[in-house]
Amino acid sequence: MSARKDIRSILVIGSGPIVIGQGCEFDYSGTQAAKVLRAEGYRVILVNSNPATIMTDPEFADATYIEPITPEVVAEVIARERPDALLPTLGGQTALNVSVELARSGVLDRHGVEMIGADLEAITKAEDRGKFKETMEAVGLEVPRAGYARSMADALNIAKEIGYPVMVRPSFILGGSGTGIADTEEQLLDVAREGLTASPVGEILVEESVLGWKEYELEIMRDGAGNAVIVCAIENFDPMGVHTGDSITVAPIQTLSDREYQEMRDEGIKVLQVIGVETGGSNVQFAVDPKTGRRLVIEMNPRVSRSSALASKATGFPIAKIAALLAVGYTLDEIPNDITGATPASFEPALDYVVVKIPRFDFAKFPSAPKRLGTSMKSVGEAMAIGRTFPEALQKALRSLENGRAGLNADPLEDRVVSLDDDELAEMVRVPTPDRVFAMGEALHRGWTIEDVSELSMVDPWFVDQMSEIVEVREELETSTDVDILAEAKRYGFSDPQIAHLWGREEIDVRELRKSAGIVRTFKTVDTCAAEFGALTPYMYGTFEEESEVRPSEKPRVVVLGSGPNRIGQGIEFDYCCVHASFALGDAGYETVMINCNPETVSTDYDTSDRLYFEPLTTEDVLAVIDAEKPEAVIVQLGGQTPLNLAEELADTGVIIAGTSPASIALAEDREQFAEICRNLGLKQPPAGSATSAAEADDVVDQIGLPVMVRPSFVLGGRKMKVIYSPEELGAYVREIYGEGDPEVVSNPILIDRFLESAVEVDVDAVFDGHELLVGGVMEHVEEAGIHSGDSGCVTPPPTLSDEAHKEILRATGELASALTVQGLINIQFAVKGDDVYVLEVNPRGSRTVPFISKAKGIPLARIAARVMMGSTIEELRSEGLIPEERVGSDFVAVKEAVLPWDRFPEEDSILGPEMRATGEVMGIGSDVGVAYGKALLAAGHVLADQGRVFLSFADRDKPMGLAVAQAFTLLGFDLVATKGTARFLRHHAIEAEAVNKIGEGSRDIGERLENGEVQLVVNTPRGGRARSDGRKIRRSARRHAVPCVTTLQGGLAVARSLRAGPGAINRPRSLQEWHRGR
Amino acid sequence: MRGRVPALLATADGEVFRGSSVGVAGVVTGEAVFNTSMTGYQEILTDPSYAGQVVVMTSPHIGNYGVVELDAQSSRPAVSGFVMRSLSRRDSSWRSEGSLADYLQRHDVVAVSDVDTRRLTRHIRDRGAMPIAMGSEVSEADLIDMAADAPTMRGQDLALQVTTREPYRLDAEMDRKGLVVAIDLGLKKDILRNLTGRGFEVEVVPAATKAETILAMSPNGVFVSNGPGDPEPLTATTECLRGLVGKRPLFGICLGHQVLGLAVGASTFKLPFGHHGGNHPVRRLDDNRVEITAQNHGFAVDLWSMTDDDPIEREGLIERGLLPETVETPFGRLRPSHQNLNDGTLEGMVLEEIPAFSVQFHPEAAPGPGDARGLFDDFARLMEEAG
Repeated sequence: MSARKDIRSILVIGSGPIVIGQGCEFDYSGTQAAKVLRAEGYRVILVNSNPATIMTDPEFADATYIEPITPEVVAEVIARERPDALLPTLGGQTALNVSVELARSGVLDRHGVEMIGADLEAITKAEDRGKFKETMEAVGLEVPRAGYARSMADALNIAKEIGYPVMVRPSFILGGSGTGIADTEEQLLDVAREGLTASPVGEILVEESVLGWKEYELEIMRDGAGNAVIVCAIENFDPMGVHTGDSITVAPIQTLSDREYQEMRDEGIKVLQVIGVETGGSNVQFAVDPKTGRRLVIEMNPRVSRSSALASKATGFPIAKIAALLAVGYTLDEIPNDITGATPASFEPALDYVVVKIPRFDFAKFPSAPKRLGTSMKSVGEAMAIGRTFPEALQKALRSLENGRAGLNADPLEDRVVSLDDDELAEMVRVPTPDRVFAMGEALHRGWTIEDVSELSMVDPWFVDQMSEIVEVREELETSTDVDILAEAKRYGFSDPQIAHLWGREEIDVRELRKSAGIVRTFKTVDTCAAEFGALTPYMYGTFEEESEVRPSEKPRVVVLGSGPNRIGQGIEFDYCCVHASFALGDAGYETVMINCNPETVSTDYDTSDRLYFEPLTTEDVLAVIDAEKPEAVIVQLGGQTPLNLAEELADTGVIIAGTSPASIALAEDREQFAEICRNLGLKQPPAGSATSAAEADDVVDQIGLPVMVRPSFVLGGRKMKVIYSPEELGAYVREIYGEGDPEVVSNPILIDRFLESAVEVDVDAVFDGHELLVGGVMEHVEEAGIHSGDSGCVTPPPTLSDEAHKEILRATGELASALTVQGLINIQFAVKGDDVYVLEVNPRGSRTVPFISKAKGIPLARIAARVMMGSTIEELRSEGLIPEERVGSDFVAVKEAVLPWDRFPEEDSILGPEMRATGEVMGIGSDVGVAYGKALLAAGHVLADQGRVFLSFADRDKPMGLAVAQAFTLLGFDLVATKGTARFLRHHAIEAEAVNKIGEGSRDIGERLENGEVQLVVNTPRGGRARSDGRKIRRSARRHAVPCVTTLQGGLAVARSLRAGPGAINRPRSLQEWHRGR
Repeated sequence: MRGRVPALLATADGEVFRGSSVGVAGVVTGEAVFNTSMTGYQEILTDPSYAGQVVVMTSPHIGNYGVVELDAQSSRPAVSGFVMRSLSRRDSSWRSEGSLADYLQRHDVVAVSDVDTRRLTRHIRDRGAMPIAMGSEVSEADLIDMAADAPTMRGQDLALQVTTREPYRLDAEMDRKGLVVAIDLGLKKDILRNLTGRGFEVEVVPAATKAETILAMSPNGVFVSNGPGDPEPLTATTECLRGLVGKRPLFGICLGHQVLGLAVGASTFKLPFGHHGGNHPVRRLDDNRVEITAQNHGFAVDLWSMTDDDPIEREGLIERGLLPETVETPFGRLRPSHQNLNDGTLEGMVLEEIPAFSVQFHPEAAPGPGDARGLFDDFARLMEEAG
């Protein structure tokens, strides 16, 4: 077989915004697929609403539709583009679900589109739990005993038959939402209700609980000839019961004998066969009873998944790329293994190292949510580490998370577990949380036996024993500063900061002692074959061995520091910037060296940069790479806060930082010096001050007045940022900040700014080369100042800015860039009230909006910035053609909308504020704001009814402006219902509104109305302080009944505007290339 | 530190590696080969094909799930020495009957852990399989000398050292379908299980058994086993096969395949560093399907030696044209049936006119994937057809 000639164009569907359970791994997979399919000569049509992705860069597809991924819109795309085939398996569950709908509704047949990779029947067999069970049992594969319920009564009967505990899993869901475990009948009532609601088809599986069993996952590729290979076998450190996305996972499998592993392998391949996965990658999950070895098939995904990204990075086998080639007809033996160049892809990677993945959580952002991990995924990102052994990889992964931890304890934050009494510690070892691994380490340090720790945690004793070795080495370090011990510790993955902590020394002392003793990192290659064949691609990891494999190079090298694990506030946007820097500098003749530890990203693909170091982003690890590679410069301004935090220390050791100096970056962060600059340039800032105690904070507020915006300095994503309306709130806030043990926060003062109420917030992204300013674009936020820019929608060109304000913004940008001696990117946030422009914040670095603005304006900002950082001028880049002659984006409107993870944190109030909580973003492009915003809303998953009832409830301060919102919806023909106060206010202004009771305040309260489907939209603006709980109940109720809920007036107005645009215009797609061409 | 006993390894060309002694004390030599399997250390240790060799495991953690009698491929470890990155001090498996560390001690295996096995593997890959010496309480210089003086695999009749002294018989595990005589060149237990599990009684005979002796047993088929080292010195077995081919259905694996090759007139050659692992892609030439196979051999059969043509140089991925379509033998036409997709070498052959075939890889796996286990069914079918 070889590439199919009967298909010429292929539609690839992406996964949309980053949400919990569906991260940037699908950018990685979609990008790989688009690249390889185009290289094979196919016309690639892409649909994805996520502007922060590399795949939606216009050069990656022939037609790029940044459009909502709904069946209606994709059907329109199909009607316009007439693709021959649809590849549904690379865009996560989103793409798969939309493809299924398009197949079921006959759209694909009608337009003669063939689904390649997996067909409807295979997808249905894999996704429908009942059919899956049937299919497995028909070929003798064992699955958990279970029954299938469509009602509560069914569920109870089934549970009685199979016995408690039982697990409940809804059909057709993503990332495990709505799954749960019930030990008793009472618990089942709750869990089953939730599951039935979560399932789009109202169906759950009640099954035998395999809680505490060993959990395994196989990544399998299959080709059209029926050849199958296991790319990677993954073992979960956390046993069954913790969602695999929230589990620490290890590759390869460590605790199965060959006989058991081979049986599992055969079963995995059989699963793909009987499900009917025609070609491509799938994962199959198994549970194994640790006492008997009984093995059950748990589930399979007939598509590329999060684990596939991990497996690709863990092995060097590019699953998505190969899946795309298989889908167009190649067989595995016809595809070369890029890494060896000489052997085919029809083999199973052999690992001579251990990979550990640890999820990253942001529970701090959702304080109401319990930290306990379960079957519904909560993590927002992950770090992967490669070491020669499990202890080394575990410690590297722990410090890769950037949670302030230096490894498995032996650092200042270990106090959190050291301070616990034995009972508390035992509880922490028993209950799965993000911190459990540290508690296990502490328990071992206290001398608890392997058996004790293993029984409590249900983690396999082998892993516990390996951790115990780490603890023993730590104990050696505590008693000796011998060089041999130091060498041993490095081999067990101890970081210099850990050793420094144990020895009471400074990190730099340890580093110097270590280097003088010749204990330096060696770098080994990830080569898919355990060194059996030579590797062409320098994909490296650091360890302490006898031989290093770093190759000499003739070309000048540039190191690009990536952004580490995704977290709220630092996501795929920064990876996008790093990838572009790598592309641009590669094109300009540099050898690019990427350092990053996030397996989901395009940056950690082995062919994105010339050399890839899969390493933690700490000073020690980065310096080791720099020592080995001796680059001309290091790029720190594109990966978000992670590399920036390293900039100063790197510069101190003599490393050349590309572009804007760390001193300038620090200057922009230094409030006083920066205020001085603004004063000198005649730029306004909101009155401000800073404080390190409650008393100081009171003084500041006395001077500048309330309300104020407060936040700890040096944080990204607005962590702990808050608007304060009263002195009491202020006192509570200061106590909260300094009462906590997070040294990252305490070491810096609290910043206090006067909060400009109902001002418009504006963002600018620009590049400055020392002489010339290149403005990427000006974006006006949908939500007012005070809502974190990452959580706010934004629009470009800015719809309400006056010419005066616009001019002042451009002037300020140029002046500030010059004053801060920026060389590269600069992002400035302004607040605008009328013609008055206030500078809120300057970030002399890549920002979250760079990819969005690059697409909205057709200008590769990050590439330009990377070149400028390395010394090119904007003028030179213009003549080189990197900067387009003509600017686009004046004849269309682009809207970015944030996507928030409320469905994962049902306990949390869904209001927006200065602390960022969005996980992702979408983009809508239209001829006017209404259409563009409507597309963005739809892409973000808000399906708006175009008639019915709107429920309004405004905080007092919002009531005057709320009138405009009420009027807008009345004009659209909606009936209004409102809380009594709001209704009274509206009626007073001659707007008809029906008053309803608050929740729990009498009959037919708003909760009941929501439940009955009588309300189609909620606009509820939050009140500060105590009165919040009513609103909170309403918002939670709306969420439970899937009624869209808007929490700002501007948001309400924008929704009204998009409704005015109507579904016809919103569902009409147009490619980015067409927008850019202006037709 | 934590009770480690320092050990050293030296290659014949003078490279020295550091580690800790984890088996019994002592100094050993042998040809160093690396195995890339990620599971199955016990099967590898006990595979008689490793006689005379020091096995370097590329997978870092070894011993994780302990040892189980059932997994052993012979009654004791066959390797000359065992090298790994990290021997687990604790095993964890419901199947485990003891730790690997104890097992190594009990069976007097000299083993070294904490070695930069990747460096050693790369060295072997780049310079070819070579003798190595290793042990504790010995100087670097002495080790290098010992390694340099150690014999290479070429020309050693190691199979004669590991073959059974006396014939023995195993019952069929189910309704008896017939008798297979298995010529033991270093037979793995899982091969026997595959035969007895398909209803065959098996008579295991020593390597030097004569064809007449075997024919006198009136077997339904003859199996020639895997085994260590170079096939060329095994002249008695080669002679025996010449007397059997065409008379009874015949199936050879690994060294058995090579001896069959010699018996039908091909020559054999030494691969640079052999194939040892569980991930080798092999193409079935009759239907182009790819099977992932377990392999363990240092020598291979050269079919070009039976033609007047020159071997074809490879370009890019392995194409089927890299092997002759067919070759003529004294026993009729022979067709290559399997080909290695990493290096294009011959992985299997079929004599078209008589019931005899062989494969270079290990369809019984143990350890490794069992994609090709159906070959035992093919053998059973041949025997059935031959009556």
